[in-house]
Amino acid sequence: MLSFIARRLGLLIPTFFGITLLTFALIRLIPGDPVEVMMGERRVDPEMHAQAMERLGLNKPLPVQYLDYVGKLAHGDLGESLRTRESVWTEFLTLFPATLELALAALLFAGVIGLLAGVIAALKRGSLFDHGVMGISLAGYSMPIFWWGLILIMFFSVSLGWTPVSGRIDLLYDIEPKTGFMLIDTLLSDEEGAFKDAVMHLILPAIVLGTIPLAVIARMTRSSMLEVLREDYIRTARAKGLSPARVVFVHGLRNALIPVLTVFGLQVGTLLAGAVLTETIFSWPGIGKWLIEAIGARDYPVVQNGILLIACLVILVNFVVDILYGLANPRIRHQR
Amino acid sequence: MTSPIAKPVAPASPVDHSLLYPSPYKEFWQAFARNKGAVMGLAFMCLVVFCALFAPWVAPHDPSEQYRDFLLTPPVWLEGGTWQFILGTDELGRDLLSRLIQGARLSLLIGLSSVVMSLIPGILLGLLAGFFPQILGPSIMRLMDVMLALPSLLLAVAIVAILGPGLINTVIAIAIVSLPSYVRLTRAAVMGELNRDYVTAARLAGAGLPRLMFVTVLPNCMAPLIVQATLSFSSAILDAAALGFLGLGVQPPTPEWGTMLASARDYIERAWWVVSLPGITILLSVLAINLMGDGLRDALDPKLKNAA
Amino acid sequence: MQKAFMKSLPLRLALAALVLGSATQLAAKPLVVCTEASPEGFDVVQYTTGVTFDATAETLFNRLVDFKPGTTDVQPALAERWDISADGLTYTFHLRQGVKFHTTDYFTPTRDFNADDVLWSLRRQLDPAHPWHGKTSVGYPYFESMSFSRLLKSVEKIDEHTVVITLVRPESPFLRDMAMAFTSIYSAEYGDQLLKAGNTAQLNSKPIGTGPFIFQRYNKDAQVRFKANPDYFRGKPPAESLVFAISTDSNVRLQKLRANECQVAVYPKPEDVPSIKADPRLKVAETEALVTGYIAMNTQHKYLSDVRVRKAINMAFDRQSHVDQLFGKGNALVGVNPYPPTMIGYNTSNQNPPRDLDKARALLKEAGVPEGAVITLFTRNGGGMTNPNPRLSAEMLQADLKQIGLKLDIRVMEWAEMLRRAKKGEADLVSTGWAGDNADPDNFLTPLLSCEAAKNGENYARWCNSKFQDLITQAREVIDNDERARLYSEALKVYDDDQPWISMAHPKVFTAMRDNVEGYVISPLTNNNFATTKVK
Repeated sequence: MLSFIARRLGLLIPTFFGITLLTFALIRLIPGDPVEVMMGERRVDPEMHAQAMERLGLNKPLPVQYLDYVGKLAHGDLGESLRTRESVWTEFLTLFPATLELALAALLFAGVIGLLAGVIAALKRGSLFDHGVMGISLAGYSMPIFWWGLILIMFFSVSLGWTPVSGRIDLLYDIEPKTGFMLIDTLLSDEEGAFKDAVMHLILPAIVLGTIPLAVIARMTRSSMLEVLREDYIRTARAKGLSPARVVFVHGLRNALIPVLTVFGLQVGTLLAGAVLTETIFSWPGIGKWLIEAIGARDYPVVQNGILLIACLVILVNFVVDILYGLANPRIRHQR
Repeated sequence: MTSPIAKPVAPASPVDHSLLYPSPYKEFWQAFARNKGAVMGLAFMCLVVFCALFAPWVAPHDPSEQYRDFLLTPPVWLEGGTWQFILGTDELGRDLLSRLIQGARLSLLIGLSSVVMSLIPGILLGLLAGFFPQILGPSIMRLMDVMLALPSLLLAVAIVAILGPGLINTVIAIAIVSLPSYVRLTRAAVMGELNRDYVTAARLAGAGLPRLMFVTVLPNCMAPLIVQATLSFSSAILDAAALGFLGLGVQPPTPEWGTMLASARDYIERAWWVVSLPGITILLSVLAINLMGDGLRDALDPKLKNAA
Repeated sequence: MQKAFMKSLPLRLALAALVLGSATQLAAKPLVVCTEASPEGFDVVQYTTGVTFDATAETLFNRLVDFKPGTTDVQPALAERWDISADGLTYTFHLRQGVKFHTTDYFTPTRDFNADDVLWSLRRQLDPAHPWHGKTSVGYPYFESMSFSRLLKSVEKIDEHTVVITLVRPESPFLRDMAMAFTSIYSAEYGDQLLKAGNTAQLNSKPIGTGPFIFQRYNKDAQVRFKANPDYFRGKPPAESLVFAISTDSNVRLQKLRANECQVAVYPKPEDVPSIKADPRLKVAETEALVTGYIAMNTQHKYLSDVRVRKAINMAFDRQSHVDQLFGKGNALVGVNPYPPTMIGYNTSNQNPPRDLDKARALLKEAGVPEGAVITLFTRNGGGMTNPNPRLSAEMLQADLKQIGLKLDIRVMEWAEMLRRAKKGEADLVSTGWAGDNADPDNFLTPLLSCEAAKNGENYARWCNSKFQDLITQAREVIDNDERARLYSEALKVYDDDQPWISMAHPKVFTAMRDNVEGYVISPLTNNNFATTKVK
């Protein structure tokens, strides 16, 4: 087991360095002068310009800049936003809980409904329900989620008025961001009705973000379940006289869940990409919106290290899922 | 002497059983056609391709012509609609139907070019990775892992940020982002085939490396690649729409479906058709391609034939 | 006795209900303003954008002098009165007494505002030896770009309530400069407290000032919350609390305004203005902004160096329809002079040449410009206040120039990239804009049309006219307003004769708000102040 983990870790390190190289290269390739960006439209003194370039280390040769960058990373220094002069790490930490809350809500939505739908579809194979689930999930990952968000807003917020149009919470509530998770913070605060308001604000974005994972999980659960139900041990369990529910849930689902687990983990990438679009539509102040605005504003340190942090997150989650999968499936552990 | 001499009957030749089976193409089509969804998808895509090819003749109006007197006209089946603009007009008075048809051209173009642009280098890299598993292989795969670590939309956005917005840069960005999956797939298939007897035989017969790669091994790896190509065609359309929506892809006034949605945000309350219709078009097209992809996969990959 | 009690019980109940009712009403709803972007930070001197100024300089801080709301006239603020020496080199400010700094959970002032605070705020930016000077990443951009480090000789105090600023040379606009955001007065006591605690970064996240609102909280990218300052020297603001709701999309701002989620929405799109005006629950405040959109013609270019060619181009450009299409009818003034009519020295005898294509063609021929000569135009790829649709604008000019036989090559690029290349002189025509900071003509003319600016590139027309330069240098040093106006008027005549620019427009600035919002005065300087705003 340990050697398995060690091997997986060993793969992580070159991948991590590769990502730092990639993000470094990406940013240096963007045209435009970062000092000009910082100055806004004000006139820049050539002398000040030179000083600022010096201070930011932008006048050294590229390989030296890269080594400087990696050196700083090793110390946990992720640089400062060109726009706000605040540490990128601090900005990330401030905004990340919003995205995490959204992603978890989306995953909850996708997981619960996806698993249920997939299991029932597998049990009632070939029925109308089965075809319906398959059809809907196919539609789910065929649609542009930003459009899906707009349609839901149009219907539920503008026409019916059931849900709010944007943001995390109504402006009238003054909630202190103790944890960054609006659901928890509203419970901790003493404002009446704030928690319900926060939940209402979370519903639509979670549905929109969770649509694609829902589709994938439903499909995956169904096909995995179908495969498992064909196995001999299921037949044995039935022959033994166990109740159908026990057969399905205790023997069947447990084994069917293993590949579904990996899918869960792989959805992190989808969720982060989807967060960019969802946060833009719902004005949700998370890291997706942060990154897009930074790219538009040529805020290099934010773009560079923001992408790095997200990539690290994805690698980390994949690593954990790998380990869990290895734990669950001994065959994988001993593979080369 | 006209005695009926029995014509010598040639001895019955052993029946070539392979002639009794349908040809590979016919077999494929039969398998494919069994999946009704796939057939419907194919039919819809034919419609889209037709519109794309013959857009200037099929579209009732010029997609960029602004009818100043008909701003935000509803579609024909609503009050205030007219047959002149079947699907209504947008905020600048441009006919929606014509723009959607023109947009089909763009979407197919983007899909096709990005698939081709990533398929060819992807196959090449995959072949190289499979044939040289000592050093070249793992380095290529690490590079692909790095690219896969980033969510594809973010990577595409970053690339477009470097290159600048526009149609060509969108295609390049999407092609780069889809590359890793082709490389992985090809490499996996190649490594599976390399151990087979026919490859060993070809090697013994003296086949050179290029011949081995392209003539012997590659054709047998095509099945999963074709399926992946259709799936990434549909992702390309979605990604291009997302980039257009974020303002980073195709720029207005070019009628790309996603770009049309970006400016439609303002009209959620007043003119829902400007918001819904381009999105529905994207949905139907991508759905059709995915259905086709599913059907292709079921028809081409024997292992999956009996599952689900 | 009982009867009387019973009789008065309903009365008492009614009274109680009334009191309770008004008590809940007193827990007033905040004034919510939908703003267009997140503020960069709260240490205002480090930043340059209007968004940040609105959230800091206009709410939390004051300066020695201010602009009277809605005008460009200077009025006393933290300085009650001032004396300017005859040679224009010494400014003596007599400070207002009894002004209090904010009290918050992170700072309690032990004294009122005095000269030490002025010294701290200005010396911090001026003096490299000041303990706070080096505690920023890029210095003090506005202080630098206004050349204050070369202008100010010293900042001294005579007593607790008098500060003397000595200049290196006479500079008329100086008083107006002191009304700009970067001269905001901070609390020296708070600065010392943070320095001692080794926590200088907090100045940027937990600010202290003397302004009408006290900082409560910033939820990043979501909202900024303030509460009214009961001790504000101009009187407590009518709004108990103020919330800036950050909504980057102008449509979302409008949606929220319509739903009464915010009561004020800044910078609506010009094309939305008519529908806002038509809505009975909403209203629009508007004024001409101190902003110019223009196209600079590179006078070092082969053909553009000839004034006849420049005149020809100006004759061919259809300004009125350009302004109408780009901004909407009535939403912008057609530009003539480099700055709008509300500033002194505006030369009304300058006129745009009437549109005359034949004459233009003749001029070109006279100047020897071949048919189909190519000129490049650099323009930015995103809309802004001075040009909502750069692409459309460029295409209109292209169509106009085609009619006189010139081919316009449009190059669209990211504005930072564009500015960089334009400064190097790579462009023939540069489409850009400028917003005035202090309503002084020098603020437009020196950065954009002076010989010095031509050398460092910011004068994109690379135009250096010695007569013009002499006039504006003189006007900069003279104190008398009328004399200055005369000098600027003359300078503008020189400008008009030489035509280094294609002037385009002076857009109007708009603010949308609910019908029941009162006490908001729109400013031609495009900043937003809510110290007197209330919801009826």
